[in-house]
Amino acid sequence: MMDAPVLRVAAITKSYHLQTSLASRLSRNENGHTSLRALDGVDLQLNKGEILALVGESGSGKSTLAKILVGGTTPTSGELEYHGEPMPAHRDKDASRRIQMVFQDPYSSLNPRISVGAMLKELLLLHKIVPRGEVRAESVRLLNLVGLEEDALQAYPSQFSGGQRQRIAIARALAVRPDILIADEPVSALDVSVQATILDLFASLQRELGLSILFVAHNLAVVQHLSQRVAVMYLGRIVEVAETSELFSNPRHPYTRALIDSIPRMTAESVNEEFVLEGEPPSPFNVPAGCRFNPRCPYAKDVCRATDPGLEPVAAGHQSACIRAAELPDHSIALSISATRKATA
Amino acid sequence: MTQPLLSVKSLTIGVRRPKGVDTIIVDDLSFEIQRGERFGIVGESGSGKSLTLRAIADLLPAGVEILTGSIRYDGVELVGMPTPARRRLMGPEIAMIFQEPMTALNPVIRVGEQIAEGPRRYLGLSKRDAMKLAIEMMAKTGIPDPVRRARAYPHELSGGLRQRIMIAMALSCGPKLLLCDEPTTALDVTVQHQVLRVLEQLCADSGASLAFVTHDLAVVNQTCSDLAVMYAGHIVESGRVKDVFRDPRHPYTKGLLDSAPDFDQPERELVPIPGFPPNLAARPSGCPFAPRCAFAVEACTVAMPPTVVVAPGHAAACIESQSIFEGVAA
Repeated sequence: MMDAPVLRVAAITKSYHLQTSLASRLSRNENGHTSLRALDGVDLQLNKGEILALVGESGSGKSTLAKILVGGTTPTSGELEYHGEPMPAHRDKDASRRIQMVFQDPYSSLNPRISVGAMLKELLLLHKIVPRGEVRAESVRLLNLVGLEEDALQAYPSQFSGGQRQRIAIARALAVRPDILIADEPVSALDVSVQATILDLFASLQRELGLSILFVAHNLAVVQHLSQRVAVMYLGRIVEVAETSELFSNPRHPYTRALIDSIPRMTAESVNEEFVLEGEPPSPFNVPAGCRFNPRCPYAKDVCRATDPGLEPVAAGHQSACIRAAELPDHSIALSISATRKATA
Repeated sequence: MTQPLLSVKSLTIGVRRPKGVDTIIVDDLSFEIQRGERFGIVGESGSGKSLTLRAIADLLPAGVEILTGSIRYDGVELVGMPTPARRRLMGPEIAMIFQEPMTALNPVIRVGEQIAEGPRRYLGLSKRDAMKLAIEMMAKTGIPDPVRRARAYPHELSGGLRQRIMIAMALSCGPKLLLCDEPTTALDVTVQHQVLRVLEQLCADSGASLAFVTHDLAVVNQTCSDLAVMYAGHIVESGRVKDVFRDPRHPYTKGLLDSAPDFDQPERELVPIPGFPPNLAARPSGCPFAPRCAFAVEACTVAMPPTVVVAPGHAAACIESQSIFEGVAA
């Protein structure tokens, strides 16, 4: 029996309404494209101590989901449970402390006029993490945890490089001792050689502090390297969830396959031109009828245009929202990866 | 041998300071691009890769200028050429695609007209013919329903479509050299894949050469035939992409390859490069990579190592380039 997930969402939806003039509201019928469903029935759980990656194209709702989880916005409908208990819509100080966020751009997420030490001190005192006399020692401990030295306390964000700023942002998130970290594209603004150090940091935080991390990303090579499980989002829904190696070696949703085939590859031999996704994601104002991926799907049949499939189990711990999941042919890239994996093992 | 399409020699770019020492950003850079070649320039932020491209396009930011060196396009010297003549080259001969299409397009002009502007000015087409060409170019870049989309404003289009508009605009006058500054960094993977294919296809059709600046090694591998790796304003290694990736001879190139996650080798450990790139104002003497290099010896800090040809068409600026990775598993 597995432990209860630390965080679970069920049937979460989030709608946004466009501001419209009275005249256009009168002239247009109810179905006019004035409301946007950023999330359209999302079920997901984050298990204790795992890194779960959330991938998808822009506009798929990844960041909206991250915002809802951290309490930055409330869902239109649906449930959000923390350790099996419903999370109140308006979180008190203690509830909001437990789930912390690291943002994409470390240049805009840190206040340029507050020194690192003052920033940490404010949090430590506000949340009464340590008594006043121990604030400095605790701040130094946090900085060391993310690989910075004590002298960073007096410095301002502008004195640091992008990678160092991201470390400070992580230290800030860790200051209030959360047990869940939501990281929204935390390495995509960083250089390649720096990326690796931040990825290592996330892995060590998971290992040493037992943190559960939701890692929002679009770079599948990074995801494959870091996470234990992957959830793929498309147009406001989760379309496939599985353990990382299972997802990449045996993808059971055509969209996941298209994503994998689009990854630029480091070895020339593995360049795949078989399955190129045509078109762009449809507008969330106007979601296609039936399966939302059907207009771009090479495997789509009439049944796909008629029914909107939910997330169904296809193997142990592997769910896909494709009604033809079992019929899909084997995936050639996936096969070549599992072959190299066997060869190196 | 025919002369290269673009030949950059000892190019030094920086900020001139009448009192004191000039700040040098790109230092003594030399490379050549042959006709039809797809040349990648790889480096991290601050390595000077974008400035090099902008120097070729005469788009250096205010205050930054070419201090010495030469850029010859098709045998013609571009450095010191009067601005009107230089501008006449941009479009029919050299065109550029930028990273962020939203800021590179004019927000208040319909995209069809923006594409047609070049052909009207440089190819002398009538308004109607230029618009016909614009729509044709849009169709070639794979924009669905180009007739209707030509009447759209940039904000009405998605990022992928905007970048296709940029490509259509850049290629509308049939340039021989296309400069690309991280053209797909702002796009999603699936769209990036589509845009790179369009770019490759159109360059292959028209025979245009490509100078492609990016920080993404995997994108270079898929797009370019040759590459130069830049670090702190220097080219530290250059050669055929597959040779450099298989057998890197500069510790920085090796470090970059080891720190980037490779989708085909999920089990491989990522090895970050320790330390930080040097500050431009306080550049170390000698090899700029020496402070971060595991193989550095005393000689590295004395003078910039000369560029050594390690194999046909493969050069590296490291004094140990011949022997450095011998016995080290690649």
